[in-house]
Amino acid sequence: MPGPRLTRAIATLAVFALAVAFPFLASGYHVYQGAQVLVLAIALLGLNLLTGFNGQISLGHGAFFAIGGYGAAILTAKLGVPYLLAVPLASLVCFAAGFLFGFPALRFGGLYLALATFALAVAAPQILAWKGFDAWTGGSSGVSLVKPHAPFALPLTTDQWLYFICLVSAALLYVAARNLVASRIGRALIALRDQPIAAETMGVNAALTKTICFGISALYAGVAGALSALAVGFVSPESFGLALSLSFLVGIVVGGLASLGGALFGALFIEFVPSLADQMSGNFGEGAKALPGAVYGVLLIVAMAVMPGGAAGAVRAIMRRTVGS
Amino acid sequence: MELAEARAETEPRAVDRAALLAVDGVTLRFGGVTALQDVSFAVQAGAICGLIGPNGAGKTTLFNCISRLYDPHAGTIVFDGRRLARFARHEIAALGIARTFQNVALFATMTTRDNVRVGAHALARGGFLANALALPFAAREERRLTERAEALIEEFRLGRVADRPVGELPFALRKRVELARALAIEPKLLLLDEPAAGLNHEEVDGLADEIRAIRERRGVAILLVEHHMNLVMRVSDQVVALEFGRVIADGPPEAVRTDPEVARAYLGSAR
Ligand SMILES: Nc1ncnc2c1ncn2[C@@H]1O[C@H](COP(=O)(O)OP(=O)(O)O)[C@@H](O)[C@H]1O
Ligand SMILES: [Mg+2]
Repeated sequence: MPGPRLTRAIATLAVFALAVAFPFLASGYHVYQGAQVLVLAIALLGLNLLTGFNGQISLGHGAFFAIGGYGAAILTAKLGVPYLLAVPLASLVCFAAGFLFGFPALRFGGLYLALATFALAVAAPQILAWKGFDAWTGGSSGVSLVKPHAPFALPLTTDQWLYFICLVSAALLYVAARNLVASRIGRALIALRDQPIAAETMGVNAALTKTICFGISALYAGVAGALSALAVGFVSPESFGLALSLSFLVGIVVGGLASLGGALFGALFIEFVPSLADQMSGNFGEGAKALPGAVYGVLLIVAMAVMPGGAAGAVRAIMRRTVGS
Repeated sequence: MELAEARAETEPRAVDRAALLAVDGVTLRFGGVTALQDVSFAVQAGAICGLIGPNGAGKTTLFNCISRLYDPHAGTIVFDGRRLARFARHEIAALGIARTFQNVALFATMTTRDNVRVGAHALARGGFLANALALPFAAREERRLTERAEALIEEFRLGRVADRPVGELPFALRKRVELARALAIEPKLLLLDEPAAGLNHEEVDGLADEIRAIRERRGVAILLVEHHMNLVMRVSDQVVALEFGRVIADGPPEAVRTDPEVARAYLGSAR
């Protein structure tokens, strides 16, 4: 029997190989959806660093996703910045925004942070639609951008090319998060979540560490938002509402808190289960047709009942039974 | 007259500011409660100093002042020639002060090994970026922290539970993990807040030897809060007694044990 580390390495490689093969096997629209899943997975990685590992609840990561999306759209469409530069630039803006927002907000902590980020999520679409910013944000009609084509005459469709940009970004950000979590910084994040006073006594600078963590997590959301803008070719205020922020939270819980591998599962869940719920509520006859939200809720509860630790917890439990002890 | 003679050896004295730890005139109030009142004493490098006193005497509060969790209203604490008031609480570890907590404050979801590695946190510098990119210097630091943790895990016979989340461990084992974690930065001063609480007879005996051994091996000074009088008297070079936030005795264990003020304080309390 291979050890748990080897098993995980093999599983990671297998998932990656599958992800590389996917756009050549699937239809154009599914490739586009695949890119969306990867984008969501990136946002979930970032939110999980913050909420799962560091124990800070954010109800407002949709706002950072929006800043990343608008950033990329404005940089490419209005300022002519190349898209491969626009994505990192937009995400650095998100890091700064997250850091600056986190600095005062984290002083309160706990539920107050949840409320402050909630306000952020509610305000974001309104600010984006505000007339004063019309020249940059296009008001309620948003900003269109040109979807980038594959360079060097590569035999890839635009959707395939964007999918690979998302895949490479997700892989790199996954590795960075893995490294971080396995390091003294990752341990400091968990220590601050579990026992903040003791952590500080061991030399962890709580305020700075938590603020940077918030910034990093906003950066991940920003990359996701920027890539999503490229993939969709369009940003508008109503795509970045409170529902988006909440779906991120659903994603990290379903995927597994404080687990990075679960991000992919969480992303699949929040990408597909809402439309699945739509279809199912249709199957239940006319009476249930108006209740996709309720069906979604039931599916969510079933998922959490079957996998209380999220997908990652379920995988760990299966591994324990088959591989270890 | 006899009383005066008996007290001479244990009378609180002028603070030796050259000592490793010099607590000088520390006063701290919580609303109307004066938890510490003009507390002064010194601990020499490498010495074991017992800190005794009935419940509520202010022992934990004093620890929290040294850890910078509380800010005294008056007085100074000088450690290794530096005034602690100038440092933030997360800077105290790097100065060489480590502690355990009365209620065992481990990181419950983390493994034994990771708990001990957090104890060594202040020995490394690498930040978010260096670690996310796994830069060579960060990887080197990481190896050093891990080696340090492995040595402590072996020293405290925690190998069997090194990969177990500490939340699952029995209480006595958790206390040992906390001790190992505190020693991970090789402190000059170790603060132990009731290390024997919740342990059975044999475990308390073992603890006395353990505390002596820790001091012999590393030369670390230890400030030991304990209710087990036998334990304190057996291991300490010096004992300080607190009552209602005041120092009522400070001297060699034998002298403090027989001090009439101390006897009265303990008779007056539940014990
Ligand atoms: N955070 C706090 N807020 C208010 N009162 C406190 C606090 N911590 C300690 N006290 C009070 O200070 C006094 C000393 O407590 P403590 O230092 O815990 O005593 P000991 O550790 O010697 O048993 C007690 O009267 C206690 O009620
Ligand atoms: Mg106490």
